Amino acid sequence: MLKIKHLSTSYGKIHAVRDISFEVNEGEIVTLIGANGAGKSTTLQTISGLLKPRAGTILYKDEDIAGMPANKVAARHVVQVPEGRRIFGRMTVKENLEMGAYLRKDSAGIKEDIAHVFELFPRLEERIAQKGGTLSGGEQQMLAMARGLMGRPELLMLDEPSMGLAPVVVETIFEVIQKLRDQGITILLVEQNASLALSIANRGYVMETGEISLSGTGRELLANEDVQKAYLGH
Amino acid sequence: MRELIAERLKGVTAKPLFTAGKMTAAQKIGIALLVAAVIVAPILFQGFGQLFMIRIIAVIGLYIILALGLNIVVGYAGLLDFGRIAFYAVGAYVAMWVGIPLAGLLGETLEGWSYFLVLPIGGLVACVVGLLLGLPVMRLRGDYLAIVTLGFGEIVRICLTNNIFGITNGAAGLPGSGDSLAAPAGLAWLRRNVHFTIGNNFEFTFTSNIYWYFVIFALVALSILVIRNLDNSRLGRSWAAVREDEVAAQAMGVNTTVAKLYAFVIGAFFGGIAGVTFSYFQAFVSPESFTFLESVLVLAIVVIGGMGSIPGVIFGALAIQGIPEFIRGFASAGWFGNLSAETVSAISNYRYLVFGALMVFMMAVRPQGLIPQTRRARELLGEYDAIDGHELDAREPGDRANSTRGRA
Repeated sequence: MLKIKHLSTSYGKIHAVRDISFEVNEGEIVTLIGANGAGKSTTLQTISGLLKPRAGTILYKDEDIAGMPANKVAARHVVQVPEGRRIFGRMTVKENLEMGAYLRKDSAGIKEDIAHVFELFPRLEERIAQKGGTLSGGEQQMLAMARGLMGRPELLMLDEPSMGLAPVVVETIFEVIQKLRDQGITILLVEQNASLALSIANRGYVMETGEISLSGTGRELLANEDVQKAYLGH
Repeated sequence: MRELIAERLKGVTAKPLFTAGKMTAAQKIGIALLVAAVIVAPILFQGFGQLFMIRIIAVIGLYIILALGLNIVVGYAGLLDFGRIAFYAVGAYVAMWVGIPLAGLLGETLEGWSYFLVLPIGGLVACVVGLLLGLPVMRLRGDYLAIVTLGFGEIVRICLTNNIFGITNGAAGLPGSGDSLAAPAGLAWLRRNVHFTIGNNFEFTFTSNIYWYFVIFALVALSILVIRNLDNSRLGRSWAAVREDEVAAQAMGVNTTVAKLYAFVIGAFFGGIAGVTFSYFQAFVSPESFTFLESVLVLAIVVIGGMGSIPGVIFGALAIQGIPEFIRGFASAGWFGNLSAETVSAISNYRYLVFGALMVFMMAVRPQGLIPQTRRARELLGEYDAIDGHELDAREPGDRANSTRGRA
């Protein structure tokens, strides 16, 4: 579904991502793990069009989307839930969800999808008329994901969904991620919480200083000694 | 289950941003009274011979249109623009350049319609100019955009003063000797036939001032309708998203550059039509009507009235453009005793001093403006939410400009 080939992205002279290649197959959860600054978020942002790659191709359903502006990538149902959530703080929960459906014009479908995301996150329904900025961190993460789902993603890219959240909330969120895969949404998950990410992922890639150093199934990586030493604290 | 939730959602009434709010009865009555006042006032002023009042209110109307246009740029899309008056100038000069030959072309029986033809032309030319300026500068944010627009406004004024391409007649203004704009259609007929007296003191004639007054307020009403619908449209939503968080807006599929360009260009259109009307109303234009100070005044109208709020803009125009003019008008009409012309002009010049103080005061005490749009007020005040009392996350304004740089 998604094939990244020899992708490089740089901020000025700093090469944040160097010649990486990986792929995500339909129906999978694929995770990119690695330390802070390894280039995981940069990779996601390059795919979603928020950053321009320096070199390489990003094939999504056999179309090269490298360098395509973010709004066009979103129109292809490749949706990013950005790091730090970036919800619209002064819009209500409902307005945030409606923004998520910005590219859609099927108002009946939008209504149905709002109902659907409330099924996934009942907490949001309780807060429907509340301003996004007044939600707790966990609720904001739920809203960011729900807002992303409103774009009917085929590929959903989650950037550090567990960041700064209480373990209980993280658990809920990861349960939902698995549910979404079961509903047929392909997921690319960037996480620092490696053990959790690998435990739900079909496959994973380990990033180190802008390069992919290891890859394998979730189980393989969990069992890998280097991974355990570096990321799992064993 | 899903149907159940959808069913429950029907009853939910979050504060409507994306749907036009229904007006209450009180609001409807208020608007009806306002419309009645706008219609009756000039008739009374004309009848009692207070012509200066009609002209002042008409000019306020022009500033309302200008400020409504700027409000799209500043209030809705969140772009700071210090050069708005340039589009007013473009409209005004286009009226002269196109209106005069067009009237000649139309011939004597039809020349009165030239204004109505020039009006959209002036608006569209302003749009094109806005697009040409907007294309290269839309990548700039905040202060940088403000500086570029400020420069643009000055460039336009200096071009006009220096008789660029030999078509602006420099500081002397337009029209040149021998030329004039055609009187608008129907004015001669109205002047001849709408004429009545009541008692000894009240004598009404449908003059050109009255004519333009009504044209201007028809335009104001039209502008309000159009802009109100824009705010509630998809485009309005994209503006709200861009204003709040450009990166998130992009991720939602909003083409932020296009959204901002639309704001810029649509805003320019309103500047253009106000300019055309100004030209016909004054029958004369010169560069001194389009100074930087005028741009600042229009911006002050938007800021003091309340960014993003249509009633705020109207009120702001009344306060900023109106009060000093009323004072000057009353003074020169001799209401404050016999003042010399010099004293009168000195009084009106002090208004900038007052505005300066007022702006500082407003920013300190009421940054959201006198009649703010609710959302904008929230943004500026970090308002507490009524539901559970959590404060908004205190994001610095600069955070929005933070984009994605510097993160890996």
